[in-house]
Amino acid sequence: MSSGILALSYLLGSISFIMGLKMLSHPDTARKGNLYAAMGMTLAIVATIFLYKDSDGNPLGNYAWIFTGLAIGTVLGNYAAKKVAMTAMPQMVSLFNGMGGACAAIISIVEFNHLIHMGKTFSDEPVMALVILAGLVIGTISFTGSMIAFGKLNGNINDKVLPGQQFINIGLMLVIVVLAVVMVGGYSTMDPTLLMYCILGVSVLYGVLFVMPIGGADMPVVISLLNSFTGIAAAFGGFLYDNSVMLTGGILVGSAGTVLTVLMCNAMNRSLVNVIVGSFGGGSTGGPTSASGGTYKEVSLTDAAVLMLYSKKVIIVPGYGLAVAQAQHICHELEKVLDHNGVEVKYAIHPVAGRMPGHMNVLLAEADVSYDKLMDMEEINPEFAHTDVVLVLGANDVVNPAAKSDPNSPIYGMPILDVEDASHVIVNKRSMKPGYAGIENELFFRPKTSMLFGDAKDALTKLVAEIKNMA
Amino acid sequence: MENIFSIIAENIEFIFLLTLMIIVGFEVISNVPAVLHTPLMSGANAIHGVVIVGAIIVMGQAESDDYLALTLGFLAVILGTLNVVGGFVVTDRMLEMFKRKKKN
Repeated sequence: MSSGILALSYLLGSISFIMGLKMLSHPDTARKGNLYAAMGMTLAIVATIFLYKDSDGNPLGNYAWIFTGLAIGTVLGNYAAKKVAMTAMPQMVSLFNGMGGACAAIISIVEFNHLIHMGKTFSDEPVMALVILAGLVIGTISFTGSMIAFGKLNGNINDKVLPGQQFINIGLMLVIVVLAVVMVGGYSTMDPTLLMYCILGVSVLYGVLFVMPIGGADMPVVISLLNSFTGIAAAFGGFLYDNSVMLTGGILVGSAGTVLTVLMCNAMNRSLVNVIVGSFGGGSTGGPTSASGGTYKEVSLTDAAVLMLYSKKVIIVPGYGLAVAQAQHICHELEKVLDHNGVEVKYAIHPVAGRMPGHMNVLLAEADVSYDKLMDMEEINPEFAHTDVVLVLGANDVVNPAAKSDPNSPIYGMPILDVEDASHVIVNKRSMKPGYAGIENELFFRPKTSMLFGDAKDALTKLVAEIKNMA
Repeated sequence: MENIFSIIAENIEFIFLLTLMIIVGFEVISNVPAVLHTPLMSGANAIHGVVIVGAIIVMGQAESDDYLALTLGFLAVILGTLNVVGGFVVTDRMLEMFKRKKKN
């Protein structure tokens, strides 16, 4: 009876995950989809706690520990998720992803010890052993990789490329495989527990070195990839316990996460291999950093205000600078003032503007910017030619003409917003420092371009005041 | 060779599930507007938090004198819950904004 209810709960949970993901892919149903998946998850958790029985028919124990753990996790997770600023969303996702990876790795460690305690060797149970090791390795890589990605997005860790990094990474992977084969094949008299901790150690190192050289601009892709890793690790856990809801949830995310990763790569016109092997934005690739120098001109606030107020059409290109400065509300304010004075205002959203696809949409939606003013790259690109002023707010790489013209540039081939086609380009930046990909942007030195230096929120506040004075 | 086939035969249910779920995952995601990439990644992130079920089993089966298993299991439950709760709440926060926008 109770095992039937448990199985049914798992079935409902699995369905809720599939339907939830499906609904998350449409703007109208997305929120409900998330809620359904959360309800399915709750059902699966509650059913496991009260109805799960091991193969001998014993129910679970240690309820005090379980509920305390659940309570701590719920309070902390809820607090962190509610507190986090919209700008820090990407690293938060990375952090939570790492937690899941660590959880999967720990399960493998405990199950490993369990197996050893029962006096079994790995060569007796090769399938079980491989599954435990796979969960351990993938979960650990996902955990340390996510932590590095978190540190990078948070600005705590800089890109670092060791000499011969790719060979080191491949070497580490081989070490993991060899150790696993030795262990499962029973080729060594070494203490298996020690061997397992060796594999754990190498996996930790691999996760770190895997993400370390990957440039900031590619971080969304990496997080999405690590996300599907954790899914796979969860699926291995499910195999271990013959647990259907873990299997479906894990495989689903592993597969969907891979598709999402590829979609993100496509948005940047790069292959996944290129992202992982190449060191986009590593800064050490040489590249056209030498293109610096040249002269740029600054524009005063008053001039910028006049220019925009007397335009017919203004396109705003938001980027990470806008997010960092929390300038989305004042940006909406600028849009309203201009709109009020008969200027047509639109937003041009590059697929990878900010730190994650959709990052800008989320931010601007927060500031109540209307949906129909947000234009995708393909939609807006033909419009630049009859636009008077383009205001670039803290975006850089997504408007870098080198992506089109310079085959040596690390971002060559990435589709960009054709802001150059407009009559005037005003670029708001804090300084002339290069963007996240670490490369110079010759757009800033073009004759049509003028620079408006300063923090985006600060500059926009003054700009809005200036325009209101004039209008 | 026979060995491999017997492994396949033993795990045929798993192989079915694996294959079908991979296809479902591909199908469900392949047509998503870029706007929803971030919330979708975040939602998927919450769903793989289902690994918490494994953590609960580990915790619930730990012998009361096996302090290593108890400690690790406890840690796993906390981490898994963080993944689930944090994941769903962050996703909801992202989507809440889209929702409010829709009404206007």
